[in-house]
Amino acid sequence: MYAFLWRILPGPVPAKLVQALALAALAFWLLMYVVFPWVEPHLPLDQVVVG
Amino acid sequence: MSGGPLLSFRGFLRGVAELMLTAGVVLALLVFYLLVWTNVQTSAAQQDLLEEFRTEKARSAGKAPEVSIGEGLAVLYAPRLGADWRWVVLEGTDMGTIDDGPGHFAETALPGEIGNFAVAGHRATHGEPFADLDRLVEGDEIYVETTDGWFTYQVTWSRIVAPTAVEVIAPVAGHPGKKPTEHTLTLVTCNPRWASTERLVVGAQLVQTRAPGAGPPEGLDPAAREES
Repeated sequence: MYAFLWRILPGPVPAKLVQALALAALAFWLLMYVVFPWVEPHLPLDQVVVG
Repeated sequence: MSGGPLLSFRGFLRGVAELMLTAGVVLALLVFYLLVWTNVQTSAAQQDLLEEFRTEKARSAGKAPEVSIGEGLAVLYAPRLGADWRWVVLEGTDMGTIDDGPGHFAETALPGEIGNFAVAGHRATHGEPFADLDRLVEGDEIYVETTDGWFTYQVTWSRIVAPTAVEVIAPVAGHPGKKPTEHTLTLVTCNPRWASTERLVVGAQLVQTRAPGAGPPEGLDPAAREES
């Protein structure tokens, strides 16, 4: 999967490296601002209100 | 190299291994999100809220707070939980609001009003304002700063209840439907810490009211007095 990703990134190795890091950063951003905030209320921890 | 079943089996194994490693990294990042990221976000939100509160307090010239959901309503101090324990209480208890700090159950009384000023806060993650709520004991003072003064409450009881125990935030805590004659404060958080099976509830009674001009109560930490 990752080997395939590496192969389809265009350009020489340094360019591939920059693109790979950019993709990783994008994945991190998506997890922190979209995925985890959505997952959190479904976790069985820290529900604090009564009702 | 000849292709065939062996190679594709290897390829399959490699794919499975990569997926499992990825899942491991995502789980580690989820832990990072809960233990670090949410605390950083909340701390930044609190800083903005405190600034807005101070501006509003200076502007309102002693009038009672008028806030909408998600806005800063009051500042809470509890010397027992640390000299620097200070939290801006927001109006409302929906998920997005209490992620920024303790939230006031909007249908309950305001600080200083007759009835029960009820507040819920996280015990873990999102700055964990109520992490040590179990350390509060009878007689401990809790200070509430609003635009129209300072309110000193004294802890009178604490209890562990079911998540459905809405009576703890009734105008007379524990007695829904009863007409209130006193000023009380109720703090609600989850119990045990990191779980949601029960609620830890701390009740307090108003013992002193000070006009904004009178300044903060004597029991407040000098550094916090200076800043307020």
